Amino acid sequence: MNLEKLQRELITTARAIPPNEQVPYAFEKRIMARLTPPQMSDVWALWGRWLWRAVAPCMSVMVVLGIWTFVAMQPEPESQNLELAIENTLLASNDIAGE
Amino acid sequence: MEPSDTELIAAVRKGDVAQFEPLIARYQPRIFATARRYARREDEVQDIVQEVFIKAFQKLDSFRAEAPFEHWLMRMTVRTCYDFLRSHQRNRETMLTDLSDPEVDWLERFAAGPEDNSRNTDAARALVERVMAQLSPEARLVITLLEIEDRSVKEIAQLTGWSVPLVKVRAFRARAQMRKILETLTREKYL
Repeated sequence: MNLEKLQRELITTARAIPPNEQVPYAFEKRIMARLTPPQMSDVWALWGRWLWRAVAPCMSVMVVLGIWTFVAMQPEPESQNLELAIENTLLASNDIAGE
Repeated sequence: MEPSDTELIAAVRKGDVAQFEPLIARYQPRIFATARRYARREDEVQDIVQEVFIKAFQKLDSFRAEAPFEHWLMRMTVRTCYDFLRSHQRNRETMLTDLSDPEVDWLERFAAGPEDNSRNTDAARALVERVMAQLSPEARLVITLLEIEDRSVKEIAQLTGWSVPLVKVRAFRARAQMRKILETLTREKYL
């Protein structure tokens, strides 16, 4: 049997029989009953959501700034060369008088 | 005057869901016809059509109006039918002994005289459905779109989302697969 001819014959048959376009009664109503309306975007809810998302980064920045401020406020460590420091302090008055 | 697709879609996007019903009514015959090429049982056909329209409603915001709404809907239909075929793959082996008497008779008459047009068309239709049911989902989709619906390769690529070379490769394999099925069917008897 010529299979190619058989294949063509079957395809021709399939083409000649268009599929049925019949629709069950009230089918569109059935679909409509299953549709949920699209959610309208609530601007304030969106704003609130974004505020909550911003909490973590803001807290991080706050902590970093707090640590930096704390570190910056620490007094400078005492000079190892105490002698030199005392001498400079005592002679500072002479410098001022000389001026 | 009936509202256009664009007007109805705009109304649905603004929240008037009821305006989707005329769109369903307008296109459901075509969607049903397409679904009936891929599913035999009427409950399966209705499931496919329902899924198409629900998806269309949910994704309406993604419709860009670069092409007609019908094209967009058909693309969704073809892909839904393909998903259906993939999820309903069954053991496709059918021996010639499973064929009905009218189908066997049709094959024998064809073997005796291919040019004879007096053969039973119902038997031919049943034979086509039997052969198509045995194809893989990709093969069945391509054969249906390319050979039966006579669409171009480019159209099929747009409908399925496949590349043009992939459509061509699948078409070649689909035809070979169909020939193999016919060979298996006819091998049982000397025809």
